[in-house]
Amino acid sequence: MISIGLDIGSVAAKGVLLQEGQQHLMIIPTGWSPRQAGEQLIDSLLQRAGYPVKDVHNITVTGYGRVALNNGARTVTEIKCHARGVAALYPQVRTIIDIGGQDSKVIQIDSRGRVIDFVMNDKCAAGTGRFLQVTANALGLDVSELSDGEKPEQAVDINSMCTVFAESEIIGLLAQGVDKGGIIAGLHRSVARKVAAMVKRLGIVGEVAFTGGVAMNRGIKRALEQELGCTVIVPEMCQYTGALGAALIGSEG
Amino acid sequence: MSNQTTVEDFLKIREVSIMRIKDAKEKSDQKVVGIYCTFCPQELVLASGAIPVGLCGTKEEPIAKAEEHLPRNLCPLIKSSYGFAVSDTCPFFHFSDVIIGETTCDGKKKMFELMKDLKPVYVMQLPHLNRTQASMDMWIDELRNLKSFLEEHLETEITNEAIWKAIDIVNRETAAAKAVCDLNKMDPPPLSGLDLLTVTWSRGFSTDKEEVTAMLDNLRRQHAAGTAASGARKPRVLLTGCPVGLGTEKVIRIVSEAGGNVVAMENCTGYKTLELQTSTEFDDPIVALAHKYISIPCSCMSPNTYRMELLERMIDDFKVDAVIDLTWQACHTYNIEAYEVSKLVKSKGLPHLHLESDYSQSDVESIKVRVEALLEMVNQ
Repeated sequence: MISIGLDIGSVAAKGVLLQEGQQHLMIIPTGWSPRQAGEQLIDSLLQRAGYPVKDVHNITVTGYGRVALNNGARTVTEIKCHARGVAALYPQVRTIIDIGGQDSKVIQIDSRGRVIDFVMNDKCAAGTGRFLQVTANALGLDVSELSDGEKPEQAVDINSMCTVFAESEIIGLLAQGVDKGGIIAGLHRSVARKVAAMVKRLGIVGEVAFTGGVAMNRGIKRALEQELGCTVIVPEMCQYTGALGAALIGSEG
Repeated sequence: MSNQTTVEDFLKIREVSIMRIKDAKEKSDQKVVGIYCTFCPQELVLASGAIPVGLCGTKEEPIAKAEEHLPRNLCPLIKSSYGFAVSDTCPFFHFSDVIIGETTCDGKKKMFELMKDLKPVYVMQLPHLNRTQASMDMWIDELRNLKSFLEEHLETEITNEAIWKAIDIVNRETAAAKAVCDLNKMDPPPLSGLDLLTVTWSRGFSTDKEEVTAMLDNLRRQHAAGTAASGARKPRVLLTGCPVGLGTEKVIRIVSEAGGNVVAMENCTGYKTLELQTSTEFDDPIVALAHKYISIPCSCMSPNTYRMELLERMIDDFKVDAVIDLTWQACHTYNIEAYEVSKLVKSKGLPHLHLESDYSQSDVESIKVRVEALLEMVNQ
């Protein structure tokens, strides 16, 4: 029996195929059509696992594009999926920080991976991947280059929470000749502070995991650990925990 | 009228009332008093012979117009209310001879100052402390001033006898509305969240309290036997927080689309005022009214302990599975009180969701995720 979990986010669509102890992972850009991205993921994952495309039936979808797929697949919220996925990988974790392209969320779970409480930010880009993407552009960098470019000991304060104003602030700092590495470290701290405030709203009990595309940025991880005063676990498959959770939920029927 | 009353009949109240008021104004110069809040003692308006109509704005459309005068970062309820008034697009405002406002919050207090350019407005100074003699004395004084204002502007005399009669009418209407809301203590609830909102919100537009009381009684009788359970049990949700009306029912709709049921509402149009009856033990009807109205558990009161007591009781009585606390953007008092509400709900071992929103549809998708996640927490 196989189970496919899809997490169709605003930037990337992630897929996990579970097949008797084996798992296949795949990530593609969501692009402008979450439905097409979802269908493409299903086809590619099945091909990779050696199944004929028409044969599968156990598909669970999460992420903002979850309703777009429209093929009768079961939909589950990303809150529950991240909880389930992280609990499977790290049973000791009680707090999950997920920072994606257009939202950030903090989820508190119990020892069985059930959601106890959650907070979400998606009203504004502050504290999301989008914030980093826009500000990286202002620095002439790709978002993937931020982590290597930061100089934490020279971190400057970025005061603007609003992404548009932060961009102007950075241009101002660059004009003053401030070092790029210090600006990047400041950006990381800005995101970490915003998200840490959400974590503190729920309170920290047990270990903390950090997932989502932004978790690949080691600078944000470091800044989060500094703001929270504790170690933060970044799963190797940090982008796939939502899709993994979806696949696991699907496999449980 | 017939003994059959449906939710659709309540939906018609607004339209019927507009026609009746227009007619009565043309034929007999019927006086109409626009009110904005449950703190306004409707009994004084009724005793004056005027018709009280609720004007609180619950729709998005007039907000752009309001923002020509008001700041954008203001609660949508105030902007909607003012927008309807200044654009003359609300027939009830149009027909109102005078307006009664109140100092429930800073935004409303200052908005009513601008509204004075449009109509005569009386702004009741509402004390925010409800336990001292000084604030009670001030509040009683305010109600006497309001009575004088109505007498002067409506060119009438408000007798004690007329006030006592109005008190009896409003007490019975309130009890009838409470009895309808209490139907939903049953599982499954006979009324959907949208039905409940339609009934409780629409009753405020009725031109005839006795008539709407009879409608409420009929509705209660028709549903007294409850409804048969069908399909899976739906999570029972209690909605609390800022006022909700038709036009701003998006959260109620989303809960229903996500497979839940809003079974009770602790907000202004809902249960917040329904336990409160004006006592007939006092000698002076104004004093009696003052005692009732100052007890309303609005977040503008400090401290506001009765709201927490009421919420806790409603959680138990309506056997709810989760609580949603809805705050309109920039409503500081409800937004801050949300922290206390979350502590209470969690202490009862229930999932809790605090939403901050406005009258637009822009955040429907993000509210959906949160509501679906809340219902998943109930079902896990």
